Amino acid sequence: MSAPAPSFATILDIYTRMLKIRRFEEQVGQLFAQGQLPGFVHLYIGEEAVAAGVCAALRDDDYIVSTHRGHGHVLAKGGDMRRMMAELFGKATGYCKGKGGSMHIADFAIGMLGACGIVGGGIPVAVGAALSAWYRGSDQVAVSFFGDGAANEGSFHESLNLASTMRLPAIFVCENNQYGEFTPAHRAMNIRDIAGRAAGYGIPGVIVDGTDALAVYTASAVAVARARAGQGPTLIEARTHRRSGHAEGEQAFLAGQEYRSAEELAAMRAGDPLARLHRTIVAGALIPDAQLEELDQTISQAVAEAVAFARQSPEPALESLYEDTWV
Amino acid sequence: MPRKTYIAAIREALAEEMRRDARVFLIGEDVRIGVFAGTRGLHAEFGDRRVIDTPISELAVAGAGVGAAATGLRPVVDLMFGTFLYLAFDQIANQAGAMRYMFGGQTTLPLVYMVQNGTGSSAGHHHSQSVHPFFMNMPLIKVVMPSTPYDVKGLLKAAIRDDNPVVFLNHLALGGQRGEVPDEEYLVPLGEAAIRRPGSDVTICAAGLMVHHALKAAQLLAAEGVEAEVIDLRTLKPWDEAAVLASVRKTRRFVAVDESAPVCGAASEWAATVAEQAFADLKAPVRRVSGKPVPIPFSPVLEKAAIPSVAEIVVAARHCCTQ
Repeated sequence: MSAPAPSFATILDIYTRMLKIRRFEEQVGQLFAQGQLPGFVHLYIGEEAVAAGVCAALRDDDYIVSTHRGHGHVLAKGGDMRRMMAELFGKATGYCKGKGGSMHIADFAIGMLGACGIVGGGIPVAVGAALSAWYRGSDQVAVSFFGDGAANEGSFHESLNLASTMRLPAIFVCENNQYGEFTPAHRAMNIRDIAGRAAGYGIPGVIVDGTDALAVYTASAVAVARARAGQGPTLIEARTHRRSGHAEGEQAFLAGQEYRSAEELAAMRAGDPLARLHRTIVAGALIPDAQLEELDQTISQAVAEAVAFARQSPEPALESLYEDTWV
Repeated sequence: MPRKTYIAAIREALAEEMRRDARVFLIGEDVRIGVFAGTRGLHAEFGDRRVIDTPISELAVAGAGVGAAATGLRPVVDLMFGTFLYLAFDQIANQAGAMRYMFGGQTTLPLVYMVQNGTGSSAGHHHSQSVHPFFMNMPLIKVVMPSTPYDVKGLLKAAIRDDNPVVFLNHLALGGQRGEVPDEEYLVPLGEAAIRRPGSDVTICAAGLMVHHALKAAQLLAAEGVEAEVIDLRTLKPWDEAAVLASVRKTRRFVAVDESAPVCGAASEWAATVAEQAFADLKAPVRRVSGKPVPIPFSPVLEKAAIPSVAEIVVAARHCCTQ
C-alpha cells in the first residue's frame, strides 16, 4: 500500500504542529530552569517531526497513547496549550486538575488517552483502544508512541504479539532517539533495527527518518490505511534524536559526567527536523517567508498566553484531593 | 430454590451480563475452554468477538482491558490465577488503579479482573497464594471475595455493572461448592457484609474460604457455650466497617481471620480499624488469625497448615472470651 505525497495544506499543517511543540517546549525548558515548575519535565525538542507526522495522518477520533516525553504528542493531536501549561504548573485548570502533571497529561476529548510515566506502560493501553475500535466495528485506529528503551520492555513484545494475533488497528511508533535515559541504545540491545522485531510478530516493520516529517507522515498514512482496512498493526521505527537531555535539570543527576559528545550534539542540531521542514517549504516556495514568520509569532503569542493563564490559575482546592476517585 | 455450584453461578453471571449489555466481553487465556469452567460454554453463545482467547500475556491483556474500558467498553479480564496478577501488576497499579484520578476524572474504568485466589488444590506457591492485600492497598481498586454460589453470582453481576476497576477473587477451593442460587435476576451490592451466623459473645470477621472455617469454628464454640457472630465481608474494599463495628459493639470481642500473610494482611486492616474505632467497647484485645508467613507449600498437609485452621480460630475466640 502506498500513500500519496502530502499536499501543500498537509505540509503546512505538519509544520504548524511542529512549531507549536518547539515553542511550547522551549518555554517549558526556560520555566523549569527558572525553578517555576514542580517535579521534572522531559522535553520533545528534536523529535517534533514524529508526533506531527504521525498525528497529521490521523483523524480526530483516532486514539493515541503517549510516553513520559508526552507534551509533543498532546499538541500534535490538537491539545490545548493553556490547559497543558496549567497542568505543568499543577493548577486546578490543568488537563488533570493538577493531579497528573507533565507525565500524566490526557485529553480524552481528542482521543489522547494519556501520557505515561512507566516506560512501555502505555503500549498495552493503546492495544486496548485498538481492540475497542475493532469490537465496536469502528474504523478508528490507535497509535502507541514509545521509545527505544520501551522496545526492551515485556509490554512491547506482549502488545505487538497480542495486536498481531487479533489483527487490531494498532500502530506502534517507536521514537528511536538512541538513548534510554543516559544509556545509548546500542548498549541496551544487540540489534540495530528495532523495526526488525516486527518480524517476530508477523507484522510489517518500517524504518523511517524521524527527522523528516513528511517521510514520517507518509509511513504513518500507509500504516493507518492498513489498520483501517482491517489488515492489522504496523511497527514504525522513527530514527530521531533527543536534543534536550533525558530530563531538564539532568546535570544535577549527572554530577559532571557526560554521556553525549560535543560532536554528537552538534550533529543533532544540524539535523534539526523543524529547520529541515522549514527549508523544504522555503525551497519549494510553498509559503512566503513573511507568512511563516507570522505563524511563528502567533504561536509564540499563544505560548505566552498559556503561561499567563497557568500563572493566574488557582491552585487545586484541598477538597479536590478526594475527588475523581470512585464513580 | 435451585442449588447450583459456585462455578456454575459465575457462568450464569457472565452470561446474563453479556446478554444484558453488548459492551460487556470476556478476554483472557483459554476463556473459550474455561479452565475453571466459569467461562465454559460462553463462546458457543457469544462467539469470537465477545469471548476472546489471548496469548499468555498477562501484562498486555490487563492493559488492553484498561484501554478498552477507557474507550467505552466493559471488559471482564480473566487472568486465571491470583498469582498471575503479579505479571499484570504495572497495568493494574499504575493504570487501572490510578487513571481516572490521575487524569482529573476524564474517564471511568468499568473493568473486572477475575482470578482464582487462595489455597486448596495443592498446586504449590505459584498457584495458591492469597493476593488480595496487594490490591486492597491500591486506592482506586475494588476487591471482592465471595464465599457462596449465591454471592459469587450477585457480586460478579454488580462488579460488571460497577464503573470502577474491580479485582474479583473467586476462591480456588470453593468452585465445586453447592448452594441456593435463584433463577431470577438479583444483585449483591459491593461493599455490604453479610452476617452468616448471629452471636452475642465474639465477632469473627472473614471472607472467602475463611468464612466456612469461621462457621465451623462457631459450631465448636457453641458447644462450649460461646456464641460467635460470623461476618462475611464479601467485599474487601470498600469494606463494610459499619457492619463490623456494630457487631463488635454488641459482642465486645473481635477475631479477624484471613488467609493471607499477617504483615499488612486483610486481618491487620480489620483489626486496626476495630482497635481504633471501638477500643472502648472491647473487653479483650483484638486477635488476628492469618496465613503463615511462608510461601504456600505443596504438600497437602503443609498447605493446610499454612492457612488459618478451624482450631486456630476456636483458640483465638476462646482466648478473647476468657479475658
